[in-house]
This record gives sequence, C-alpha cells and structure tokens, in this order.
Amino acid sequence: MTELTKMKLAEARDALRKGDVTSVELTEACLKAIEGADALGAFVHKTPEIALEQAKAADARIKAGDAPAMCGLPIGVKDLFCTKGVPSQAASAILEGFTPEYESTVTSQLFGAGAVMLGKLNMDEFAMGSSNENTCYGPAVNPWKRTGDDAKLTPGGSSGGSASAVAADLCLAATGTDTGGSIRQPAAFTGITGIKPTYGRCSRWGIVAYASSLDQAGPMTKDVRDAAIMLQAMCGHDPKDSTSADLPVPDFEAMLTGDIRGKTIGIPKEYRVEGMPEEISKLWDDGAKMLADAGAKIVEISLPHTKYALPAYYVIAPAEASSNLARYDGVRYGHRAKLSQGEGINDMYEKTRAEGFGLEVQRRIMVGTYVLSAGFYDAYYNRARKVRTLIKKDFEDAFAAGVDAILAPATPSSAFGIGEMKTADPVQMYLQDVFTVTLNLAGLPGVAVPTGLDSKGLPLGLQLIGRPWEEGDLLNTAYALEQAAGFVAKPAKWW
Amino acid sequence: MSIDIQTAARVAKLARIRVEDEALPALAQEFSNILDFIEQLNEVDVEGVEPMVSVTPMRLKRRADGVTDGGMQDKILANAPDAREGFFAVPKVVE
Repeated sequence: MTELTKMKLAEARDALRKGDVTSVELTEACLKAIEGADALGAFVHKTPEIALEQAKAADARIKAGDAPAMCGLPIGVKDLFCTKGVPSQAASAILEGFTPEYESTVTSQLFGAGAVMLGKLNMDEFAMGSSNENTCYGPAVNPWKRTGDDAKLTPGGSSGGSASAVAADLCLAATGTDTGGSIRQPAAFTGITGIKPTYGRCSRWGIVAYASSLDQAGPMTKDVRDAAIMLQAMCGHDPKDSTSADLPVPDFEAMLTGDIRGKTIGIPKEYRVEGMPEEISKLWDDGAKMLADAGAKIVEISLPHTKYALPAYYVIAPAEASSNLARYDGVRYGHRAKLSQGEGINDMYEKTRAEGFGLEVQRRIMVGTYVLSAGFYDAYYNRARKVRTLIKKDFEDAFAAGVDAILAPATPSSAFGIGEMKTADPVQMYLQDVFTVTLNLAGLPGVAVPTGLDSKGLPLGLQLIGRPWEEGDLLNTAYALEQAAGFVAKPAKWW
Repeated sequence: MSIDIQTAARVAKLARIRVEDEALPALAQEFSNILDFIEQLNEVDVEGVEPMVSVTPMRLKRRADGVTDGGMQDKILANAPDAREGFFAVPKVVE
C-alpha cells in the first residue's frame, strides 16, 4: 500500500472501503506531515480536533456501509471559505479573529460527503495575487526547488497554500478558488491538477467574495480522477447563491474513459505571445501531439480579443472588489482601528481599512473606486464589460465551429522565487494570468494538468478549456492528456 | 493616462482608505501605470456591443417575499469589535 499521505483520493477511498486503512489512520498521518511542514507555510489554521472527530464519524459511516464519495478523506480548505467556528480570514489582517457562525455551501457539501478537514490553507489576501506573497501569514512556499539551487520559490497564487499542501502530500486534496487563474496557475507551479468549473457550478455562498462575476471554487488534487471525484462533491444547485446553476451534476468520474477519438482540439494562435519561452512553446506542441496521437483532431483557431482579456479583467475585478470589500468597515467583524480623542466615524473607517488591508488589496480597491467614479464609469467599466462580451463571443464562435476543447499553456513560466517580483511593477505580476484569465471572463471551465519539467527541474502545466457545463467531457480530455504525458515527478523533501 | 496626486488623494478618500501624504506620489504613479495598461481597451471597436451583465444566460430565480431566516441577534453580533445591548456600537455620529 502507498504511504498514507501520498495516497490519491480514489486510492484512499478504495482502501477505506476495503477496510485496509481507517480514516483515523489517514488523518493522523496527514496531521503528522502537517506538523513537520511549517516551513512550507501552507496550513495557517490547523484543526486536528475537528479532523479526528470527523475521521471517527467517517469510520463509523464506512463500517455501517454508508460511505459517500469523500467519506473519510482528509483535505485542506483555502482560508477564503467560511468554516463554522474556525478562523476564516482570507489571509487578511482585517478579518483577524473572525470565526464564522455558518459554513460555506461548498465545505458543507464536502463534509456531508464525509470529507475530513485538516485545517485552513494560506492564500493571497482576498485571493488577489499570483504568488501567495500578499498574505498576513507570511508567504506559502513551493515544495519544489530548482535543481542545484536552494532559493525558495512561490507556489503561485492565490490558492498557493492549497497547491503547496497537495504537492507536498500534507493532505490528499484541497479546495481552491479561481477568479483569474488562482487554481490553475498554482496547480501548474506545483505539478498538481486543478479545475475551475463553469461559472455557476459551485455555490459561492460562504466564500469570501473578491469579484463576484468571476469567482468560482474548484478542487486541487493529485490527478484528474481525483479532480472528478472532488468536483462532483463540491458542485450543485444552491438556492442561497442566485447565480448557482440549477442543472443536474453528471457523474464526472464515470466519464473518464480516456477515449478522445474524433474530438476536435483547438490551438488558439493568439496565445503564442511574443517572447514565449521555448520550453513553454515546446510543452504546448508536445501536448497537442499527445492529443493527436490519442485520436483527436488538432485545429488552429483564432480568439482575436485575447490580448484585451487582462486589461478588461483589471477593470472588472477591481470594480467588483471595491464594492464587495466595502463591507470591511470595522463595525460588524474583524479589525477596528484604535481612535484618538476627537476622531469620528470616518477616521475609524479610513484607519481601519489602511491598517487591515495589505497594499495590493488597497491598490485594487482604489483602482476599482476610480474606474467606477463619476465621469469614468463609461470610459472604463462599461467599455470593459463590452470587451468581455467580445471575449466570450470569441469562444462561442470557436465552439460553434466544432471545437470540443482548447489547449493552451497554463502559465507563461515555471515557478519564480519568493521576492523575485518584489521590485517589479504590479502589472508584471498581473501578466502571470495571461493564459488563464480569459476563461473567467467567459465563464468557461478550465483544467490545468502537469505535463513536464523544465530545464531547472520545475513542473510545467498545460491548460484545457471546455464548453460551458461540459466539465465531464473536459476532464476526460484532461485524463487522456495525463495518461499520455505520464507526469509522476514529485518534489524532493527538504522541509 | 497620468494620475496626479490630488486625484490619488481623492480616490483614497472615496475608498475610505487613509493614505499618508508622503505615500501619495508613489500611489499616483502606480495608478498611472495600471491605467496605461487598461487603456489598451480603447483599441477595441465596441460599437453596438452590449456590455455583459451575466456571463451565463440565466433568469434569476424568484421566491415568495417572505421571512425565511432570522432570530439570531447573538450570532450576528458575535464577531463585532464593539457590540453593546444588542447593537453594533460605533463612534458618535450625530452631535
């Protein structure tokens, strides 16, 4: 039997049902691994008591023959999800001490399906960032290092703690969220699988909001099968989220046949951006060849408005953030600044928000405030929403022309070092999302799959983009790619 | 587009975020860089294009306009930095 913490969800599920292992044993092994991995900065609130209690309950359910999909499987939860009685801070000082009185729909569904929560995971503050360096907890660290180089690397972001924890085998899988690439980019940086489903698949209720028209939750797992299993447990209609889709959820795992004969895979020519590293370009070509060898038809397609996705995102997301984050005013929860004699309520708001929000969050709130302010609303916000319509139409045209899925790189590079982007302009960091952000604007599902290592020994991932609501078909194509790529590398343990 | 220090100060005020005077020039410069990046959108012909309202075409569900939840004042106040006598407490607003 595989070492317990290294198990995949499917493997552990089968072992639990056979009685080869108990959930308590699995959970204890993970808790021990977490205790020894503080150097990764992945788990920021550990919940061993809750985990063991849930594990015991899961063992009882398994014994009674009532073992739902995730029964007894230990996972980590991104700090963005509100979890009842457990700190849920979105990695922000402004939510210090906040312990929700309610459970998010997604975690509540996972617990209903028997999952065990090991703790909360590090992230970029309010999910704003691509390196997990914008966080009140200190950065999360990538378990991977460059060959012959001791420098610590970022696991990407914003779901960096989730990526780090799964790649380092601290948990079997983790939840993530993705507003502009926050599941797929860290998954690619750490050699794991991550899927952002169609907008509306997972309820956003109880997930701290960043940009409501873009935010989606999804699983971060060790392989595609696990992504199918966990996604299934996470999604479904929720009356508490008015944008949650009232559609049946198919059995994603059952759709993994690996047979993609006759499928048409589009290669968007606009993604071949200027200055794309040779290694990324080759990885992409190799991926296309693997899918062709598996029987798919590869066609070049055009998504003409690709170039405008990032600028549109950096209007729409900050605009929504400035509105969503207005609620942090020091009145109802979290941090409140200490006031001096004579200071009034506006001083309280301004000081509370200056002390509580990190610099990137402040920057985005202010950019959002600016683009929504009188005189600029049409020039920026409305124009960005029109461009968003055009970006979505690009994809609709490609799908209408018979494309089943689109293959693209997940990131423009492999993982970079902690602090390496510190002196860069914020816009440089934004470019990390160049291949991922288009999907969020179009509401489409996308999955990142590790397919190779670069010359520095770091994982690289490819991204597949699917038609709306066809995550099952998309995961099957990802499964075929995974089988062909045969990526099995793991980081050498240094922590 | 170049953002001047007065505009940066005004935006900070609107966003209710205290920015000290000495931090304003750097902030104004960052805004300018981000807005330069955003200005690329001006290259796109958006004539006759509808601004997106909902990414997935859907009609939001309706329900009867009735009370479905409530009676949990203690839970609502549990995380407040300052709650007194069943209310959120704030500095004096009206003299």
